[in-house]
Amino acid sequence: MGDYSAEVISNIDRDYVANLLDAGKRIDGRAFDECRNTEIEIDVVAAKAEGSALVRLGNTSVIAGVKVLLGEPYGDSPDKGVMMVTAELQPLASPLFELGPPKEPAIELARVVDRGVRESEMIDTAKLCIEPGKKVYMVFADIYPLEYDGNLIDASSLAVAAALHTTKFDEYKWEDGSAVATGKKLDLPIQNSAVEVTVSRIGRHLVIDPSLKEEMVQDCRLTMAVDKDDKLRAMQKGGGPGPLTLDEIESSITMAIERAQDLQKLIKETIKARKKK
Amino acid sequence: MSPETKPDFLINPEGLRVDGRRTDEMRPIELKVGVLKQADGSASIRQGNTYILAAVYGPRELHPRHLTINDRAYLRCVYRMATFSVPDRKRPAPSRREREISMVIANALKPALFLEDYPRAVVDVFIQVIQADGGTRCAAINAASLALADAGIPMKTLVPAVAVGKAEGKLLVDLGDEEDKYGGGDVPMAMLGTTGDITLLQQDGSFAKEELVEAMGMGVTAMKYILELQKEALKRAYTKKVAIEGEDDEEYEDDLETDLGEAEIAGEEDE
Repeated sequence: MGDYSAEVISNIDRDYVANLLDAGKRIDGRAFDECRNTEIEIDVVAAKAEGSALVRLGNTSVIAGVKVLLGEPYGDSPDKGVMMVTAELQPLASPLFELGPPKEPAIELARVVDRGVRESEMIDTAKLCIEPGKKVYMVFADIYPLEYDGNLIDASSLAVAAALHTTKFDEYKWEDGSAVATGKKLDLPIQNSAVEVTVSRIGRHLVIDPSLKEEMVQDCRLTMAVDKDDKLRAMQKGGGPGPLTLDEIESSITMAIERAQDLQKLIKETIKARKKK
Repeated sequence: MSPETKPDFLINPEGLRVDGRRTDEMRPIELKVGVLKQADGSASIRQGNTYILAAVYGPRELHPRHLTINDRAYLRCVYRMATFSVPDRKRPAPSRREREISMVIANALKPALFLEDYPRAVVDVFIQVIQADGGTRCAAINAASLALADAGIPMKTLVPAVAVGKAEGKLLVDLGDEEDKYGGGDVPMAMLGTTGDITLLQQDGSFAKEELVEAMGMGVTAMKYILELQKEALKRAYTKKVAIEGEDDEEYEDDLETDLGEAEIAGEEDE
């Protein structure tokens, strides 16, 4: 285990990663467009959370849990439920994470994953309304990284998508001015599915699914949320100030769409395997 | 969400508890060592539906510096619950309950450690409750103690912990969530594996003196059993597994390279 207790990396390491890339290789031997082994395990918090998933992306792992609560709708959308994603970078997951209130990386992680869910209209929030202006379902998807070895966004986005797809919650109906449980269980109104894929630029090279070391030397990263119809629903350039050329952006998108199709298949298979049980 | 209702009986007429256990029966416990690769040491525990991860980092430089202790290491324990670990969504900010539990866990573990070997440093113990179903502080101690051993922090002993309590006049071992919420009392305990000295003791509810003494006795018996599970978990992580064809039983073979783990276990078995 490396001790990256300061977010710096030596010039030797930096040159090593860069020189390898120039020679067409990555530090862990992957091809530039090759992702790490990806696994989804669902229902890891089966007794308390309405939906949950653990995603492993190489040595990065993330748990996402979904809670469905009753609440009042926001004033500007009285007939719509609420869907929200939050994230916390607990120091359990990495020597780089410190105690204390969320800092920019946690906020960015939550907001980028949230945008993927929101902009793809994964959940039909109009169907989460119990009584307009009074009671709606509020869906919280909360992200807890367990091991941080790079690319938390993709792992988190996949975990949130898998957790939402497999969420079961109690149905309520409006009776005499209050919400009453009917005893039935509902699935979330899923109308789309989007996953996020991140490509890093290091020097003039583009690599998909950056590991921690690669993230530390990257010039920037581009995260793309791709839905089930290969449409881009959200993008975020972050992870450093380095610029991207239009060609680089186009190549990144091509890589992302291909990867997203694999991930959508993985989600489908996971759900299928669960139904068989 | 998932509205919880009080069960009609905590102990049914046949003398069994809500989850079918006898009064002195523990929930199934599964301990795993070395589950988080980024951490210097880690462990997980599943105790019934309770699921907790513990990670240890250090000894390492302490920030912020004003917390420095000049003659020993600072043991910083942080117990946190995931928002989805409980029936209602827990608010993400650390609660007063979490802070208090962090403190009592640190106090439960400290006597087992040679913190004086690392003056001015910090040993961080991060505990994440993924699913809470009663007895989380004790389960957390069981896992944290293994994570400390996994991190190679010099220890005098492992620290097992269990909650005993009471429902409908009967003493119970290893309280579940409903028994904790609706029962007549809860006594979380932890002890040093070698000496049996108690390092965590809290209580709520109402107990007569004799009752409490009896309950603590049951707790000690349960903790001795947990201690054996902890040793087993360490052995599994630090000895080479040999698969014998045609046999389901797992056998272990000593591995000289991981003699550290072995020596500690052997030392404790001499007690």
